Amino acid sequence: MIEINGAMGKVDYQGVKREASFLMLPGVKAGDYVILHAGFAIKKLSEADAKETLRLIQEMVRVEKGLDG
Amino acid sequence: MRKGLMAEELGKILKRLDGDADLIRGLSAELCARIKEPLTLMEVCGTHTHAISETGIRRALAGKVRLLSGPGCPVCVTSDAEIDRFIQLSQMPDVAVTTFGDMLYVPGTRSSLAEQRDAGADIRIVYSPLDALGMAEKEPRKEFCFLGVGFETTSPTVLATVAEAKRRGIGNFSICAAFKLIPPALRMIAAHPDLAIQGFILPGHVSAVIGSEPYRFLVDEFKRPCVITGFEGTDILQALVMIADQIKDDEPRLEIQYTRVVTKEGNKAALKIMEGMCDVKDSMWRGLGTIPESELKLKEAWKDFDAEHKFSLPPLEHRERFDTNGCRCGDVLLGKIIPPDCPLFAKACTPSNPIGPCMVSSEGACAAYYKYER
Amino acid sequence: MKDKVIGLAHGSGGRKTARLIRELFLAYLGNPILERLEDAAEFPSDRGRIALTTDSHVVYPLFFPGGNIGKLAVCGTLNDLAVKGARPRFMTAGFVLRAGMSMDVLERIVRSMGEELNKAGVQLIAGDTKVIEKGKVDDCYITTTGFGALEHSKTFAPERIEEGDVILVSGNIGNHETAVLLARGDFGFEHKIESDIANVWPLVERLIEAGVDVKAMRDPTRGGLATTLNELASAAGLGMIIKEADVPFSLPVKGTAELLGLDPYYLASEGRLIAIVAKDHAERALEVLKAEPLGKNAKAIGEVRDGPEGLWLETLLGSERPLLVLEGEQLPRIC
Repeated sequence: MIEINGAMGKVDYQGVKREASFLMLPGVKAGDYVILHAGFAIKKLSEADAKETLRLIQEMVRVEKGLDG
Repeated sequence: MRKGLMAEELGKILKRLDGDADLIRGLSAELCARIKEPLTLMEVCGTHTHAISETGIRRALAGKVRLLSGPGCPVCVTSDAEIDRFIQLSQMPDVAVTTFGDMLYVPGTRSSLAEQRDAGADIRIVYSPLDALGMAEKEPRKEFCFLGVGFETTSPTVLATVAEAKRRGIGNFSICAAFKLIPPALRMIAAHPDLAIQGFILPGHVSAVIGSEPYRFLVDEFKRPCVITGFEGTDILQALVMIADQIKDDEPRLEIQYTRVVTKEGNKAALKIMEGMCDVKDSMWRGLGTIPESELKLKEAWKDFDAEHKFSLPPLEHRERFDTNGCRCGDVLLGKIIPPDCPLFAKACTPSNPIGPCMVSSEGACAAYYKYER
Repeated sequence: MKDKVIGLAHGSGGRKTARLIRELFLAYLGNPILERLEDAAEFPSDRGRIALTTDSHVVYPLFFPGGNIGKLAVCGTLNDLAVKGARPRFMTAGFVLRAGMSMDVLERIVRSMGEELNKAGVQLIAGDTKVIEKGKVDDCYITTTGFGALEHSKTFAPERIEEGDVILVSGNIGNHETAVLLARGDFGFEHKIESDIANVWPLVERLIEAGVDVKAMRDPTRGGLATTLNELASAAGLGMIIKEADVPFSLPVKGTAELLGLDPYYLASEGRLIAIVAKDHAERALEVLKAEPLGKNAKAIGEVRDGPEGLWLETLLGSERPLLVLEGEQLPRIC
């Protein structure tokens, strides 16, 4: 999410930028990560939850390694 | 400054969730260690079907986990009658049909939109319904009709576009609404006597919109383990571990693996748009038959943007059976068979000569199997 | 021929194209040289070894970041010769132009061609121009013939490929097709992706000079990396496996492909070299390629094996899946 102009904004995906509508996502700010679908931002990504998911996965993998060791 | 750092941090996390081979392999090993008996699960959403094949997960788990594809491919479950109606629209003079790319090659009873386009019909592929609205604004003398095919991730985006059309006074824009709802289809599958699905990998982005509670009945009434799942290899494998654990504990739960995107409440703004602009009606799904209250239709107040009203389209006449030419898309969509079980698969039916929509849609199970699982 | 009408899929470089060539063109025009279906054909001559190639360019739009139809016409032709191991020497070009086309546009195209030809040391020695009425055609189509000299006694052909050979690619793939697609403006993306059109002869020349044991070469154009490797594997009668972790894509190209639902393994490049080299020469080959600016991102992406036929991909997970020949069109008019 780069810039916002009313209900439209610009999103950046891996270096490619496109206009997207924020009609379905009021309250989004520049710097936020969003899920894009058909030109609309439909959900904001939660960093806290992403961190937690990664942590859980790493734990699961460690458990597996534990079994081996 | 702080925000920039946070964004960078999240970016790094996402990258690891996306492409870390160690995590993927570790999860796969962990999953295999936790499975004592072969499981049969269903991935509902077409995007999951493709992700599972593309990442090699299906092959890696062969013999341990049987992953059946469900009806989560909106183009695939659209009926012949509906497709014929789209074709009929494209044949009307001064009407430009705008659509997502998939619909183009799906065969109707006699033709396809691609064929019509080759024959001169004005059919345009768009990435977003807003693009179609933009075209309508630029070419006021043509009628623009957008084919509203999709589930709950897509419907609010199309509906929001209709609302925008009204706000901007763009009168030469309408939609042919064909928005289906996932939970009713899941009810039908969970209740189906011929299917023995032990757990569900639930859609990630449909759930971003509708939240988790619409699936509650799968656990309460049908006692099935359910996990709302993301789309990376790590997401899918983590979800499978979660389902395996639920089965082991014999404690079916409704869990969210895709927590960074899906919340219990979903997207309230999107839900409001759907509720405000649409009523629910019964719908004919290819393969699943008629499912009560499983499709959205525009409310009377929006009839000027409803193609059915605008172009006086006759009511849909559905055939009960779709497989008169041997096509078994219906059974594939139910999870009754896997694509290779269809006698036409990779023989008479291929992506360049598709007989049924499952082979031609980018979210179709047959297309995924044809590409990745042969 | 099963199909009754030519469709866009017949021009995609995939299965339908192959069928059209086999069942129609070869049926009437076949001969031992043509039947080899190589990018450039070596033909018998008592004046030294000579290779010939032909190409038509119908890219739309005519101009895109990183190039235009003229630059593409020249480099595309030179590359077909280069991958046969032939030093490009001469070219011809036929232009089909639309009445009403801007003279300025034509001039820009031809100027660009002149620049590429000069850079490559190649001369255009015969040409033709036709003009068609408005409405029947896009602004400009260019057909070329290329003529090159094989100044050595080596043969680069799929028959030479053996089990254990290493598959090298000279850089990020898929940039050209992505740039052209985005230039059509249908998707409204803002980006910095440029087409990768370039003459690859310098890379080939360095490999030959260094004495690297190259078995066969191709440039991954229409149909992309996957189609090209499938062709080589099929002609060699062997299988190939490449690693997902090793195939180089630039992030924006991968991102665009994801956004648009395209498979990046099938996106065309117009300035990249695929070289199948003997295993113990692979390291040297990479050194040679990386020393050239055009090859600075060269990578080893996989190997040839006796195993299951066709092209396979080893996923990050470690399991294998097939990368099949394209069925129909991914996108029309990209080269």
